[in-house]
Amino acid sequence: MSSPEFSNPIVRWIEYRLPVFSMLNHELHEYPTPRNLNYMWNFGSLAGFCLVIMIVSGIVLSMNYTAHVDYAFASVERIMRDVDFGWLIRYIHMNGASFFFIVVYIHIFRGLYYGSYKAPRELLWILGVVILLLMMATAFMGYVLPWGQMSFWGATVITNLFSAIPLIGENIVTWLWGGFTVDNPTLNRFFSLHFLLPFVIAGVVILHIAALHQHGSNNPLGIDIKNKGDTIPFHPYYTVKDMFGLGVFLTIFMAVVSFAPNYMGHPDNYVEANPLVTPAHIVPEWYFLPFYAILRAVPDKLGGVIAMFAAIAVLFVLPWLDRSPIRSAKFRPVYFVLFWVLLADCILLGFCGAMPAEGIWVVLSRLGTVYYFAHFIILLPLLGLYERPIDLPLSISKPSPSGTSA
Amino acid sequence: MTLKQISSSLFAGLILFASASIPASTASAAGAGKETACTPKTLPTIPEQKWSFQGIFGHYDHDSALRGFEVYRGVCASCHSLNLFAFRNLSALGATEDEIKGVAQEYEVPAPPNDEGEVVLRRALPSDHFPKPFPNVKAAAAANGGAIPPDLSLIVKARPDFEAHIPKILGGYMDAPAGCEVGEGRYYNAYYPGYQISMAPPLSPDAVTYNDGTAATVEQMTTDINNFLAFVAEPKLEERKQTGFKVIIFLVILTILLYLAKREVWRKVH
Repeated sequence: MSSPEFSNPIVRWIEYRLPVFSMLNHELHEYPTPRNLNYMWNFGSLAGFCLVIMIVSGIVLSMNYTAHVDYAFASVERIMRDVDFGWLIRYIHMNGASFFFIVVYIHIFRGLYYGSYKAPRELLWILGVVILLLMMATAFMGYVLPWGQMSFWGATVITNLFSAIPLIGENIVTWLWGGFTVDNPTLNRFFSLHFLLPFVIAGVVILHIAALHQHGSNNPLGIDIKNKGDTIPFHPYYTVKDMFGLGVFLTIFMAVVSFAPNYMGHPDNYVEANPLVTPAHIVPEWYFLPFYAILRAVPDKLGGVIAMFAAIAVLFVLPWLDRSPIRSAKFRPVYFVLFWVLLADCILLGFCGAMPAEGIWVVLSRLGTVYYFAHFIILLPLLGLYERPIDLPLSISKPSPSGTSA
Repeated sequence: MTLKQISSSLFAGLILFASASIPASTASAAGAGKETACTPKTLPTIPEQKWSFQGIFGHYDHDSALRGFEVYRGVCASCHSLNLFAFRNLSALGATEDEIKGVAQEYEVPAPPNDEGEVVLRRALPSDHFPKPFPNVKAAAAANGGAIPPDLSLIVKARPDFEAHIPKILGGYMDAPAGCEVGEGRYYNAYYPGYQISMAPPLSPDAVTYNDGTAATVEQMTTDINNFLAFVAEPKLEERKQTGFKVIIFLVILTILLYLAKREVWRKVH
């Protein structure tokens, strides 16, 4: 990683005082990247792009939004009707949240499949889980801002969860609300925090990328880089590949924004918040449904809250629960099966979260919850002891163990 | 990158996407509740309608929506507000400036306090919103036997059955099944949650007179009011779909070019 010679005198002047150009060159141009990354590796940069979309559209929205219980709903509708291209900005922001979660969930499951959380990338993974938590908080508070029925009742249900904490629970809820019910102070602080947290996310994303660039990307084979032939420079190979992925993403995203912008929303949120009328079913946004199912699967309120947070907390310690030294599921025949079962389990929990908590759905929620935790706490540690992996390739550029072509 | 990899990644994405779509359809079905004496034995048939604003090239039926505005102000407006609608919005349906001025002038709205501090009424301007039938929620409830007629501005987007909602409610009135006790001042409606609605059947033949000579049958008025209220709920729909179509064409071409660029760059590696 020798510093490049820059011919432009202004660039040289700046570079001498602030080595920003050599840093960009090193991190985005010559940055050695495994040559065998598949399209699942597109979702990291896509997630970064989603964050930019959300911050830019959100700042424009905030210029026209009024964070007051009497005006919030009407101000959003004013954006939809009277602000130039306000409908576009608002639908981009609203659907952008869903697409951000789609992208991030694929990104996370890619990490699970290829063992991207294993040494030496544990901190990279943990920072990613921190980003997920921050995203959830941001999305939750953002959903409250239009002050529709689901906004209000979602906020009421979720903030009330903290009342399950023994002794100080009620006080915490009052403190969160800024009063004795979800009201104007709640809306105001949620708006403030919804504006703040994306920049916190951006900060953690920088740390996430710094941690990534320390040891470089994992790859579909999950083996370390052995020689120079295993890598290619990030630019132009992965810049152009990421651009192509971005094109596909934007096409799908804009198709939904243009032709089905309310598809992932809830009709009740086009009814202004009314503390006196409870909706028939209070359902969170789709990306929270698996966690909502886990919350309701436990018959005890405090237990449910603990289980819900534990569902994320378990991801923090995942690098130490999975004892297998092999990263990629390609070479772990049992883990390969368990991965797909876990994905199916998460989808099942998503369905359970959408259904009223009665009958068969309670049973399925409980089974799904038990399996979710069993996967991480019981099956993965055991697998590290008993699974017999398939022989690993010698290197990325020599994909088969015997050294002949695959 | 094998075909298997592509398909499995697509599959994962689709599943995540599909799980998003489930709640909307299932949540509404679950709300129907238990069978009671009031559960309708047979549902009144609502003719399956293809609305012009559906689909990728969807647009509003302007003439029908303008007739629907006549239905709104002739029938619905006596109880239901339409707070998000301003007279000027009619221009998007092809009404001329003079027509809009003329319509607005038929209404009065409170002016800002005059120099004596009194609030007097003045004739409405195109920029004014449609006046509310009741000054506040309490007044609305008092005049309607305790029921509050919902604002209709977003009604088409705010119900799980969307554009089918109004035709269902308007066509859902029928005699209550035997053994079903219908409350005082309430009406049996097979499509209303709980089957008892406080709104009397609002439409009767020739409830309004159409300027364009269209016969004001109940079916015609139902179609027209639905077109109008769909427009009020989503006034930028035409702009959104037309812009979206161009955006998608642009993005598809861009993505193809990016794919070709990617293939060209990667030729040396593969």
